[in-house]
Order: sequence, then C-alpha cells, then structure tokens
Amino acid sequence: MNHLRHTRQVTLRYLRALLRQPAWIGITLIQPMIWLLLFGALFKSIARIPGFHGGSYIEFLTPGLIVMLAISSAGWSGMAYIEDMNLGVMDRFLVSPIWRGALNAGSVTQQIIIIAFQSVIVAALSLAVGGHFPGGVGGVAILIGVSALLGASFASLSNALALVVRQRESLIGAVTSVTLPLTFLSTAFMQQTLVPHWIRVIARFNPVNWAVQAGRSAATQHTDWSLVGTRTGFLAALLLVSAWLATRSFRAYQRSI
Amino acid sequence: MAEAIVAQELVKTYPPNVRALDGMSLSARAGTIFALAGPNGAGKSTTVKILTTLSRPDSGAAQVAGLDVLRHPDRVRKAIGVVSQKTGATPEATGRENLIMQGEIYGVRGQALRQRIDELLERFDIGQAADRPTKTYSGGMRRRLDVALGLVNRPQVLFLDEPTTGLDPEARTSLWEEIERLAGEEEMTILLTTHYLDEADRLADQLAIVDRGRIVAQGTPEALKSELRGDAIQVELSEPPRNGRIESVLRGLAGLSEIVIEERIVRARAAHGASAIPGVLNALEREGLAVSSVTLARPSLDDVYLRHAGHLYREDTEQETE
Repeated sequence: MNHLRHTRQVTLRYLRALLRQPAWIGITLIQPMIWLLLFGALFKSIARIPGFHGGSYIEFLTPGLIVMLAISSAGWSGMAYIEDMNLGVMDRFLVSPIWRGALNAGSVTQQIIIIAFQSVIVAALSLAVGGHFPGGVGGVAILIGVSALLGASFASLSNALALVVRQRESLIGAVTSVTLPLTFLSTAFMQQTLVPHWIRVIARFNPVNWAVQAGRSAATQHTDWSLVGTRTGFLAALLLVSAWLATRSFRAYQRSI
Repeated sequence: MAEAIVAQELVKTYPPNVRALDGMSLSARAGTIFALAGPNGAGKSTTVKILTTLSRPDSGAAQVAGLDVLRHPDRVRKAIGVVSQKTGATPEATGRENLIMQGEIYGVRGQALRQRIDELLERFDIGQAADRPTKTYSGGMRRRLDVALGLVNRPQVLFLDEPTTGLDPEARTSLWEEIERLAGEEEMTILLTTHYLDEADRLADQLAIVDRGRIVAQGTPEALKSELRGDAIQVELSEPPRNGRIESVLRGLAGLSEIVIEERIVRARAAHGASAIPGVLNALEREGLAVSSVTLARPSLDDVYLRHAGHLYREDTEQETE
C-alpha cells in the first residue's frame, strides 16, 4: 500500500513540474506534427517501391513514428534524476523511508502518460492526413500499449544510467547514441523485406523492432496475434529487468556519494 | 536512551585517494544540540551522510536513535529528519505540495498531515507563500521550508548540515532561535554542522572540532574556551618577516605562549594580554618590523580551532592542498 502511495506521489511530482512548463506542452504537441508531416513527405515514394505492401506510406509510418516518439521521450527520463541530484531532492528522498522502486515507477508512469498523450495526437493527425487503422480502436490501443511498454523500459534504463553516470553530458551521449541507431535498425520506417539482410538479423533482437512489429500488426487488418503476443512478452520481460536494474542502481549511486 | 547519536571510528575514502573520514568518533546525548565545526572538506558532511544512511563507511559503526545505521537503515530513516546543504525542495511545486509529499512519504496523511503542515507553515512563517512555487522563494524562506520538510515526521533526531550558509544575518538569527526552540521545547536531538564558529558557540551544548576527517577537540564551547589560558594577541605586520628569527625572539619573551606566524600575522597568547603587548611591540621594532595593527581578544572558538587544528581557521584549507 505504501508502495502505491509513494509511486503516486512521485508521479504527481513529475506531472506537476511538466504541466507548469507551458513550453514543454507546446513542444510535445508540435513535435509529432513535424515528424509525421516531414517523414510522410520525405519517404512518400517508398510506397511505390516494388514489393512494398503496406498501403499508403502514412499508414505504414504511423506505428513506427509512435514507437520512435515513445523512446525518444522516455530515453531522456534520466535527465530529471540528474536534475534532482543537483537540486538535492534525490538525497532528501534517499534518507527518507520512500520505497526506492517508487522513484523509478513514478518516473516511468509519467513517461507512460506522456507517451499515451503523444501517441493519440499522432494517430489523430495520421487519420487527418488520410491514414487508416484497419485494426480499429483496439488495434491502436495495443499499438500505444506496446509503445508505452517499450518506453517504460527505456525510461528505467535511462534512470539507471543517470544514477551511475550522474553527469548530464554522459547521459546525453549515451541516449543519443542508442535511440537513433536502434530506431533505424528496426522496421520503423522501412518494410522488413526491403531492408538489408544484416539489419533484418539485428532487428530480430532489437526491442524497438519488437514494439514496431507488434504495434503495426495490431493496427492492420490481418493481425498476426502470435507475433503480437510473443513481442509483447519480450517487451514485458525487458521491462521487468530494466525496472529491477533501475531500483538496484540506487545502491551504486549511494556507494559513490 | 542516553546517547541519541553514536559514531565509532568511521572511515570513508573516496576514489582516487581522498580520505574524507579518518577515524571519526562522536556521541551526542539525547535532547542536546551537538555541533560539528570545521572548514569545508573536513569531513562534516560525510559524517552526516553516513549517519543519515545516505552513504556507507568503509569501516566503523554508528547508531542513531538507538538503531544501527548500517544494519537497519530503513528504521533509522523513520526516526530522523534531515536538512542537507542543498535545498531539496522541488522548485516547480509549492511549499505546501512539497510538505504534503514529504508527509506521505513518512506515512503522515489526512487530517494529521494537514494540521502538521499548517503548524509548520505558521511556525516557519511561510504561510503567505505556501501556495507559490518554491522557486519564487527568497533564500531565507527556502531554508525555512527545508527545515520544515525535515520536521514533518516529528523526528527524534534532526540533522542540519550547514543550515545557515548563505543566509543574511537576520535570517540566520531567526533560524538559530528556531533551532534552540526545537532542542529546548521538543527535546529533539540535533546534530548541526557549521563552518561558522560563532554559530556553534551560540547553539551547541557540545561542540566537536573536525579537521581532516577526525575530531581534534570536543567539549562544551565554554570548556573548550577555558582550556585556552589567557588572551589572544594578534599583531599585523606591514610586511612578512624575512627570516624566522622573529619567532625565537618572541619565544624569549616572558608570559607569551602559542606563538604562530602566518604571513604578516603574528599570533600569541598571554595570561595578561594588555601588559604583554608593549614587550611584543618592542621586540618587533628591534627586529625592524613595522606594525600596522594590534588586536587583543578574549578567547574565542577561532582560537580553540587554531590550537587544535594547528592552523588558522579558513574555509580554503580543503584537501586540495594535498
């Protein structure tokens, strides 16, 4: 019970900070539009490549974009930890009886809320510019669900890393060198049969691709439920490991101060 | 429970090779104010970090409120309040929101929490600003909120790590009064670190002087001061003495002890300062040294520090000299 109360307090704390920054809200709203319209225009001709069978490119792109936005938002989650360390808030929490897991769970919950919010915007925009979701509302919900699951893992790993490196610059370096390559080593923007063999091999072990495949399949007409099921399972397992690691990392942090 | 805080032979080393604590031992009786005084880098904050379960020592043991800090950190955390050097309040949240979250963390909630918060807001004079984000607070107000945050759970032992650093004199005095009240009326044990010796002098029942990771002197401020015999004489020369002869000359003077020469400053102690000064001035003049000022003072904690730490109390005597 205390675990839930603590998590709720940490979540509220983060959300409050976000909602009191109007600039952040503006950027969160505008960013998906830029990506959707930019990528939609840039890669429009992909749909005409022989062998492409995803319908319109916008339709193909939307799940990939939702997943990409999820990790690029969640990947920065650790920045708030570093901010808290610099302010002294982290130390105040760590000398209190707060459940360590709540510090991660609250941060992750905040990320999930952001992801859900952004994903709905992207889906709505996609519909507005002519995309379709044959998988229906349920399919879109699964798409957002797997994105949130992946984002939760990324947020946890980012938090864990923040506790270990404790430096803004190190975290920025790590996040940028992971999120972008993982996005492009997946089928987020290109159909699986059209990417080079080696990328296809790597993508099989890439959590970003698990989310893209599961989400895209759920949003289409002929959903491959076993694909959705296995990939969701992988993502859930990844989240468990990441959350455990994030909670454990407080020890590393406390050892170093 | 006689001793509320006990530390035994704490050792803490930070990589690559900084020995922050080098056999730190202390004990503070319940219901008293215990001050750790010393310059930055002496090991005060490291001691607080270990006693408040934030950090772990390489070796040694500690008990707070009768609980073992290393074996039962979770129980210790419930019994203590901590006000660290950095503020610790969330800037985007209001004072009240910060206090609510703090209460929830300690399991204080509902009507009891609301009452406690109103009480603290009034007591620390933040009522007016309670519903404003704390980033709009003045330094003194933020510090008062920090102390209020440390008190939400009615701790048995309160740790204050340099509570008045950066405060203006007025804010300092009002915080001092509040700290005295906590120890007096609420019978709380308070461990305070400070690098202002006057603060320790004013507040502490027991004072320990920390230098290079260990305690070099301990006692009541009065006892520490009375250990020093006589008055402190300080002579400022217009330029530093060119050779060490002056020290031996001064040593030859009757009634003068503890002679320390640092740059242009000559310090000594004499049972009757006023009658020793002419002799000192004569000796300096014979050595051809021009004097720009002379001060005579009753013993202060600065002198206690100088005597026990062997060097002048200065904030810049950190490990960087190693």
